[in-house]
Parts: sequence; structure tokens; C-alpha cells
Amino acid sequence: MAFAKPIATLRSATGVPVGRLAMWWLLASEIVIFGGLLMSYIMHRIGHPEWAAEAAHTNTVAGAINTVVLLSSSLSAVLAHQAAQMGNGKRAARFLWITIGGAATFLVVKSFEWTHEIHEGFVLTRSGFWSFYYCAAGLHALHVIAGSIAMGFVAVDAAKGRELQRVEYAGIYWHFVDVVWIFLFPLLYIAK
Amino acid sequence: MTSHAPAAAVDGAHAHEGEHIHPPIYYVKIWGVLLALLTVSIIGPMIGIKILTLMTAFGIAVVKAYLVCSKFMHLNIEKKFVIYFLTIALCLMAIFYFGVAPDVMKHDGANWRNVGAQAEVARGLERAKHPEEHGEHGHSEHGAKPAGEH
Repeated sequence: MAFAKPIATLRSATGVPVGRLAMWWLLASEIVIFGGLLMSYIMHRIGHPEWAAEAAHTNTVAGAINTVVLLSSSLSAVLAHQAAQMGNGKRAARFLWITIGGAATFLVVKSFEWTHEIHEGFVLTRSGFWSFYYCAAGLHALHVIAGSIAMGFVAVDAAKGRELQRVEYAGIYWHFVDVVWIFLFPLLYIAK
Repeated sequence: MTSHAPAAAVDGAHAHEGEHIHPPIYYVKIWGVLLALLTVSIIGPMIGIKILTLMTAFGIAVVKAYLVCSKFMHLNIEKKFVIYFLTIALCLMAIFYFGVAPDVMKHDGANWRNVGAQAEVARGLERAKHPEEHGEHGHSEHGAKPAGEH
């Protein structure tokens, strides 16, 4: 049985396509989630001078590598959007797969980093700093996983020239994940 | 150089109002700027001046976030009402901060003391001062042991 195209795909009563508007609403809620977490971290970091000694053990090189990876994957996401605008679904799909590759690289670096830290005894229950560290970076990593799965579905459709508008929505979400990391990096890895 | 978006950009791949489609090199240049800013934010703290560290780490993070939001997410050409409700979400974050910060950042006041937080600070500072007595590098006091240790 064939389904009619959902109205949300094409309608744009506000001047913004409904799908893109939904993505902005999602990101507004994400701002509150990550914003609350980061604000809590900043408050506690200022109230707990002893956290500086704990933060000295985070791996700046791993954090910097992951920042480069995420910035580069944002580039491939926006190039996928550009290709979709030009109507080139195959090219858009290729760039989406590169972005997914960036997500996988990010997670591999993160897993090595966490394995090393846990072996050194820097576990979740060690102190308030490490609780925040694993919570913030873990929540971010879950968003990376969710984003790459969604992009996989979008890429499969895009390769067939279908639902190209979704390439932009997936990209907007991915850039937000990048922006969150842009703030997590100095908070967890630079301010020591 | 930019080219105009094709009309009704293919199968609903909506272009923003008045948007031009930038060539890939435009985005590659922004990516280059982002990487240069990242390099500065890493080098800044090595100089060892606290205010410079704050400026290079967090000031540059704001600039990088602005570049990603405006150039990659195209918020610079998005409808104004989208900017407004994203700004409201940011304001909620600020309200949360200013509402809670006095109780979290300070551990005592005219008529109250946060005994638990003060004890935690004292414990943490002691551990930082004498790491070898507390199992540094890092072996937790809460029972976490390195792999292979029983």
C-alpha cells in the first residue's frame, strides 16, 4: 500500500518548511538540556577549586583531535546540503557517509580516551568533576550516535534522489552537535 | 562567487529565502578559519596567563560557535522568529544560572553553611596536595581499581 507524502514534508505556512521548523524546535529543547548541564558544570567548577587538579588529567590531545574530526564532519555535512540544493542526491549521500565516518572516528577516539582514563582510576564516582565529565561527554556521544544513525537513513534515500530536504535537517542537527562540543572542549580539556 | 539556487530546488530541498548556493570552496575556507581558531585556543593556555587562557579558550569558542551557526546552519538567513525562540532557550539557561549560582558557587552565607560542599573542597584540596597518599595516578578511593588488579 502506498502512502501519501506527509504534509509536514512540503508545507511551509510560516515561511519555514515544517520539517526544518521541527528541527529548530528540537534544537531549542536541546539548548535547554545541554545548557543546563554546562551551566551546572560551570557553577560547580567555580565553587570547587579542587576540580582544577582533577581536570589536569583529561587528555587535551584526544580532545583536540576530536574537535578537528567534528569540525571536518560539519564541513562534509554542509557540503552534503549544498549538493542536495543542487539536486545531486548521490553527491549529497557521499558527503553524508563521510560525515558518518567522522562520527565513527570521534567515537573510536573517545573510547580509547575513556578506556585509558578508567584504567588510571578516573571513574565516574571518583569526584564531582569526573561525574560531570562522563555525564556531559557521554550525553554528547549519545547525540553523535543518534545523529549518525539518522544520517544513514537520510543518505540511503538521498542516494536514490529522494527526500533531499532531509539532508539539510540532518546537517542542522549535526552542526548543533558540533557547537556543543565547541563549548565542551575548553570546559573539560583546556581550563585546567 | 555564488550561483543562484535552482527554482524549487529539487524535490523539496528548500532553499532559504534569498539564499545563494555557495560553491564548496566557500565552506572549505570557513572550515580553515575554524581550524586556525582551534589552534589559537590550544596554544593560548600554554602561555600561562589566566585571563589570556579564558579569552582564547572561551572567547574563541563563542566565535567558532557563531561561525558554525551562521555559515553552516545558515541561521544568518533564517526567518527572524526562529532566531527569537532559540534566543529564548538561551535566556532560560541564563535564568537557571543566575537563580541557582548563589547557592552552588558559595558554600556559606549569613545564616547558612553547606557543610558537605566545604568538606568535599577540603578533601579534594588535600588529595591534590598529596596525590601519592591518595592513590594517584588516579586510583579511586571508591573502590575502582585498574584493570587486572584484584
